[in-house]
Amino acid sequence: MPPKPGERIDRSTSVEFSFDGKKITAHEGDTVGSALYAAGQRTFSRSFKYHRRRGLMCCAGQCPNCLVAVDGAPGIRACTEPVREGARVEHMNARPSLGVDAMAITDAAGPFTPPGFYYKTFIRPRRLWPAYEWVLRHAAGLGRLPREQAERTWRTEYRRRHADVLVVGGGDAGLNAAIAAAELGADVVLADEGAELGGRLLWEGGHDHARKLADRARAAGVEILTSAPALAHFDGLVPVWQGDTLHQIRARHHVYATGAIEQPLVFPGNDLPGVMLSGGARRLLGRYGVRPGNRAVIVTASDRGIRTAIALREAGIEVPAVADLRAEPSRACSRLLSQGVAVLNGWTVVAARGRREVRAAVLAPVAAGESHGQDREVECDLVLVSGGDSPASALITQAGGRTEYDSARGYFRIAEVPPNVTVTGQVAGEGSFQTAQISGEHAGLQAAHALGLGDNRSRGRAQELRSRLAAADRGAEAVPPAEVPHAAGKAFACLCEDVTAKDIHRGIREGYDSIELCKRFTTVTMGPCQGRMCQLPSVRLMAQDTGQSLEQVGTTTARPPWSTVPIGALAGRPFEPAKRSSIHGRHRELGATVRWAGDWRRPYDYGDPEGEALAVHRSAGLIDVSTLGKLLVRGPEAGEFLDRLYPNRHSNLKPGRVRYGVLTSDAGRIMDDGTVTRVDEMSFYVTTTSSGAGAVEQWFSWWLADWGMDVHLADVTQAVSAVNLAGPRSREILTRLTDLDCSPEAFSYLDARHARVAGVPCLLLRIGFVGELGYEIHFPAAYGEDLWDAILEAGAGEDIRPFGLEPQRVLRLQKQHIIVGQDTDSESTPFGAAMPWAVKLDKEQAFIGKWALAHAAEHPATTALVGFTLDNGHVPTEGAVVLDTLGHAAGQVTSARSSRQLERVIGMAWVPAELAQAGAPITILDEGSRRSASVVTEPFHDPSGKLLRS
Amino acid sequence: MSFLLTCPHCGVREVADFAFGGEVSVRPRETPTFRELSRYNYFRRNVAGVQREWWYHRSGCRTWFQAERDTRTNVVLRVGLPGELGAELGVGP
Repeated sequence: MPPKPGERIDRSTSVEFSFDGKKITAHEGDTVGSALYAAGQRTFSRSFKYHRRRGLMCCAGQCPNCLVAVDGAPGIRACTEPVREGARVEHMNARPSLGVDAMAITDAAGPFTPPGFYYKTFIRPRRLWPAYEWVLRHAAGLGRLPREQAERTWRTEYRRRHADVLVVGGGDAGLNAAIAAAELGADVVLADEGAELGGRLLWEGGHDHARKLADRARAAGVEILTSAPALAHFDGLVPVWQGDTLHQIRARHHVYATGAIEQPLVFPGNDLPGVMLSGGARRLLGRYGVRPGNRAVIVTASDRGIRTAIALREAGIEVPAVADLRAEPSRACSRLLSQGVAVLNGWTVVAARGRREVRAAVLAPVAAGESHGQDREVECDLVLVSGGDSPASALITQAGGRTEYDSARGYFRIAEVPPNVTVTGQVAGEGSFQTAQISGEHAGLQAAHALGLGDNRSRGRAQELRSRLAAADRGAEAVPPAEVPHAAGKAFACLCEDVTAKDIHRGIREGYDSIELCKRFTTVTMGPCQGRMCQLPSVRLMAQDTGQSLEQVGTTTARPPWSTVPIGALAGRPFEPAKRSSIHGRHRELGATVRWAGDWRRPYDYGDPEGEALAVHRSAGLIDVSTLGKLLVRGPEAGEFLDRLYPNRHSNLKPGRVRYGVLTSDAGRIMDDGTVTRVDEMSFYVTTTSSGAGAVEQWFSWWLADWGMDVHLADVTQAVSAVNLAGPRSREILTRLTDLDCSPEAFSYLDARHARVAGVPCLLLRIGFVGELGYEIHFPAAYGEDLWDAILEAGAGEDIRPFGLEPQRVLRLQKQHIIVGQDTDSESTPFGAAMPWAVKLDKEQAFIGKWALAHAAEHPATTALVGFTLDNGHVPTEGAVVLDTLGHAAGQVTSARSSRQLERVIGMAWVPAELAQAGAPITILDEGSRRSASVVTEPFHDPSGKLLRS
Repeated sequence: MSFLLTCPHCGVREVADFAFGGEVSVRPRETPTFRELSRYNYFRRNVAGVQREWWYHRSGCRTWFQAERDTRTNVVLRVGLPGELGAELGVGP
């Protein structure tokens, strides 16, 4: 086509991409769809079920007809996807090719495959279902995701934006609303799905006006988001997707100027390539300079089709006939008639004929019904349909608006909106150029006034606009019939899912006679168009069949997302926050196998877990335990506070002493465990498990808030690093680094001491999670590597070795020290977990869990946690089932390892309470095989604790 | 669920900044019967309307506070530190 003012393409440029391997040349500003159409492509996709040819229809990203894959990403609408140099565009859902599709056989089989047929047909015999399923899964669906994908490189972000007013839709009304609100001082964001602001103005001759409005909006300070569809309205939060960013916009007032969706008509052959919505043809023509066809028949329910006819004729396209569903000619019709075009008032299309593409349209009077006496076949290569404009109300109903059927206009109009929502423009029924502008400005003023902006002048202006709106002439529209009663051929109510009018009739006959049931049975409105093209036709069909009014039939619920959005955009920034201790760099240098442990990256081992564990037994080992949660609890009532939280007593702990404590809930269940050290009269230093640090801090501060005690809480988890120096030689090693008297008499088991180690101020705890003489050394995180290096250097003569998480797990298992969450679950009490000594029911405080534990003490659980050994070298899977004497599942293995030190397999398991005695035989069912084991109730290693206390 | 919540210390924030602590319930003062204990541990009123609930400003000042929220509309009527909201629902300090 010759250049036209207002077109989007830049003819001086050229962009090359490929479609199914074929080179296509386009201009900058083209979409994949417009470029392919210009290159002569008419079939863009094969349909969902019948694999029928489908071509461009809306050219606005609304319908499912042009879904293609671009550079491997499926489900992209060609008609709105901008062309990119070198892009690889491929068709979907057709094999071997778009032109020849083997699955098109299903089209002929249509009569035998009504909705739900595969549920009914393929369910018998039952045993063949897996085979059926394989075939069906491959036959169904549209796009194809690659089986494997490289690690995600697409960076996406969330952005939170708080604004006074959010305007959705940047057409005439939306732009005017944004300008009016912004000029009164509101902070306005305007989001539009198109690449350029202006909406319909852009292809209906108002492009200069659109550009001027956009400039005014920018000058007024409106933040403009283009190519940015609004996805939903959740409690006032509107997610707007724009390329790599998901804007989460929260505005005090919402203006919806979402426009309307031109509706198709239901007639046989209404899906043939060449049958297009009138807006689709106008976009191709006005935006991209592409000739949609040579001979166009137009069928319309309003002046929209008439204007299309005029525009097409101006572009030199022949218009042999216009069927206008309205009985009375409008003023625009008369203009067309005077140009010698055959305008048939009260006529409609009853069929489109053609095999690959449309070649003729059959027109007939609307009133003729079943009689075909007056049918008129008109040759053409384009049938342009305009079946009325249905308001795009989905976001408004999500915001709490209500729709009702407007019998004069034949669609569901917005009847009610919540107080902080204003609707304007075509979605509000103000679709003419004149009223769109007035209602837009009015909506903007209304929004600003609702926020307390504006003055008497602006209120006067709003008043004036209201009276102008009331006086405006909106023109007549016809209500199209539900479908055209006619002979053979598929008339589609839903293009996405290939649901025909007949399918809907059948569904109703089968009893799915409410619109929501019909939706679930036939899947109408469930495809990529989300009801844009099929909601109204299916409601009309249902009303016709059931004799209900459209109001009674109602609509299906419009659920988010309103626009197609890649999951990746919703996922936000692709990053996994990782915590690393201050010593992490050293672990790497030492060749640690680093693995995830909760949020932490931790050394799992340093290449030799068995050797590392043995070093702890024979000489000394050093492990980084900086991941432990660490809390400072201070204040006059700190002791009582801890007494209320722990089932055992801490207020009587002497300064410089350490005590183990388990935390329970008010249901008596174990939540966490750790040590409590009394640092001085007023201060306690509490450690928690690594994974429980956050939860314990939250738990402590919650009760503190509730009780309001004179206690101060500080979480020092990140500020303090810790290492555990353990093994028979640890005392000698430590002595070399400190002036502290480390003799067993001066610094005995469960003592805590402040001292400098290698010059670093430390808090040393003599505790023994790993079961050997050991010192847990806590110190300022900044000294992490210094202290680590100093200890390893001081112990070099003793062959000290760093050890990781895995050897630590073996070492603690040898002592039957539990790991909360591994050996216990949400049902475990300290009694069941063989720690009755950690509960002091005689304590005066009503500590958390006291009442439940008192009950549990009298009603023992049916299972108990014990140690066990296995002789034959088999290490049971963690989670393997423990059987009771009758062979029923009664418990499970929680930990199991092979110990080099003990030269046997050891573990812990929940077993029936009656078997929780030393030497009792238990049976473990591990992945189908039964293993005999025997119960051990005391630590496997150093049962008397002599080494620990040495 | 998406709405704004006002932390008594930090001000208005997205609800994703906070952790929900459930409806405010009263812990028994005296030793409860087993039935009362089970009710306290496992039963919630789950009202459709205004309820008082605990919130924790997890990604902020880490303060626990209480809010009165209409569970039907997510409109938050009042917020306050423990004790500030008074005994009766919907009656300000």
